[in-house]
Amino acid sequence: ELKEEFTRVLTANNPHAPQNIVRYSFKERTYKPISHVDQMAIHFTLNGNLVPKDSDEGRRQCARLSITSEKAPVETSAIPSEEAEIKDEESRGDTQAAGKEEAEESGTAEAAEAAEEEESPAPRVKEQKLANQFNFIERASMTLSNPMQERACQTEPTPRKSLSAYANQWIIYDAYVEEIQKQEMSKEKEKTKAPIAKREAVKKKGRKPTSLESQSDDITKISKAAKIIERMVNQNTFDDIAQDFKYFEDASDEYRGQQGTLLPLWKFQYDKTKSLAVTAISWNPKYKDLFAVGYGSYDFTKQGQGMIVLYTMKNPSFPEYVFSSESGIMCLDFHNDHPHLMAVGFYDGNVAIYNLKKSTSQPSYRSSAKAGKHTEPVWQVKWQKDDMENNLNFFSVSSDGRIVSWTLVKNELVHTDVIKLSAEGTTMQWPEGLQLQMLGCGTSFDFHKKIDNLFLVGTEEGKIYKCSKSYSSQFLDVFEAHQMAVDSVSWNPYHLKVFISCSSDWTVKIWDHTIKTPMFVYDLRSAVGDVAWSPYSSTVFAAVTTDGK
Amino acid sequence: MADTGEGKKEEADYKRLHSFPLIRHSDMPEEMRVEAMKLCVTACKKYSTNNESAAKMIKEMMDKKFGSSWHVVIGEAFGFEITYEVKNLLYMFFGGNLAVCVWKCS
Repeated sequence: ELKEEFTRVLTANNPHAPQNIVRYSFKERTYKPISHVDQMAIHFTLNGNLVPKDSDEGRRQCARLSITSEKAPVETSAIPSEEAEIKDEESRGDTQAAGKEEAEESGTAEAAEAAEEEESPAPRVKEQKLANQFNFIERASMTLSNPMQERACQTEPTPRKSLSAYANQWIIYDAYVEEIQKQEMSKEKEKTKAPIAKREAVKKKGRKPTSLESQSDDITKISKAAKIIERMVNQNTFDDIAQDFKYFEDASDEYRGQQGTLLPLWKFQYDKTKSLAVTAISWNPKYKDLFAVGYGSYDFTKQGQGMIVLYTMKNPSFPEYVFSSESGIMCLDFHNDHPHLMAVGFYDGNVAIYNLKKSTSQPSYRSSAKAGKHTEPVWQVKWQKDDMENNLNFFSVSSDGRIVSWTLVKNELVHTDVIKLSAEGTTMQWPEGLQLQMLGCGTSFDFHKKIDNLFLVGTEEGKIYKCSKSYSSQFLDVFEAHQMAVDSVSWNPYHLKVFISCSSDWTVKIWDHTIKTPMFVYDLRSAVGDVAWSPYSSTVFAAVTTDGK
Repeated sequence: MADTGEGKKEEADYKRLHSFPLIRHSDMPEEMRVEAMKLCVTACKKYSTNNESAAKMIKEMMDKKFGSSWHVVIGEAFGFEITYEVKNLLYMFFGGNLAVCVWKCS
């Protein structure tokens, strides 16, 4: 390997010169390569000052030089006549003519000769002498000049295209007629589209509407068709699940006795809610496939954002609407008559109304600190019938012990405290004799289906209060229901006197509101989170516990 | 007489219906196109008898607004073959019988 020979070639090429230069030729409208690239590299330049003898400047310089060379020999001969010169100098002063005369005047022959010879050197000498007389000294300097560097740049020529057309009366006329026809067609299509949209069934073949306008309108028109197609694709994918949804009947149910089967049908997931807990779920009363899910966090230390996400069963892969908020959502409720309005309660005590028809992600109306929001998380909100002025109103219950009725008056949420939950038996006595009322913390409530004024409130202390909207300070009745917080109360939709309550003390109790003791008690061996009556049977209810059963 | 009366009415109708500005071919970005169109309509209405002054007005305004070297042709019957800078062309009809072609090429 050491014996390998490496050949090195010395070329005369400039290593810094580019190898291919391209110039744009306007004549041919293309880029053409230059055939020969300059290989000269300049290392040092110095501007010389040699002047050719034959040029003007050269000749001038020669003349000057010859004059001075003539002066030299003349001077040597003029030495003896120096005296005369000095004499002449003194006497001459300025003018040379006067000097000449004086020279002649001074004259001995020698002096005259010398003077004649002097004439020619005299004016030259005079120049020199004059210069010296005025003490001119030649001095020259030159500043450092920056070395020059060549730099070239070439922009890209602007792109061009050509067009050819013909303008004529009949062409213009035809164009106008065509345009008018198009406009009429589009008007007709709009009229026929409107009734079709109302009759739109869920399954419709994706028809891409023809767009007559410019390109920017295409996207908005396709969005509707794209939505329908997305739903169709999802239903085709999950077709067997949709079949199960409608017709599920497990034959093995007969043999299992007490246990039934619960088939999980769809899983609705959304990326942005991954870290949040589902805190509330509610079905839309009008659109049976739409349901809203509220996201928040039960953990006091982990309060972050909240979201409301609405899914439809027709499209299980992506939510229909998403709203986000700064505080976690605790509960939500759809309005029965206005299915696009949702009341929402937050962890920070605010309530808000979201309008689904509007495309903004902000609530339409929102309570604020000065408008009487709760100071504790709002556990439940429920819509009421419109009051006498046809304003929407809803109730909310929260841990700060107040039940507040919110009314939507002239685009603002107005609150009225309906009732304060005072925990009986815990009024404290201050030394001055003041009595402070401790407020209990409300956790859930429910309104009677028939008697509108009557409602039940469950508290964290385990008591259930029966209250009426007309009495704001007094309860109608108190039930010592549970040992721990009451998580949910609910009236039976069919037996008007019966209600059910569940609590973290592992029990579910069924009551008759005229009797103080529960009629039935179910012990479920773990804390019960929520209980609900079945809508079609008066004796069936469902309960969920914290161990997942 | 009735025929000519009808003919006149038709003509008036045609003029009314067909006088809106109709873009035949356009290569400009949206706002530029709208401005150029408005400018052409204004100029043609102002100098309805004199195509040259209308063209002059359009060309000078376009030069001021969008850069140098615009070219404008207004007429009722002409053919053309032009080279234009991309995204700087407007060819439209107006007034039922006028054709306006505006392009930039420096």
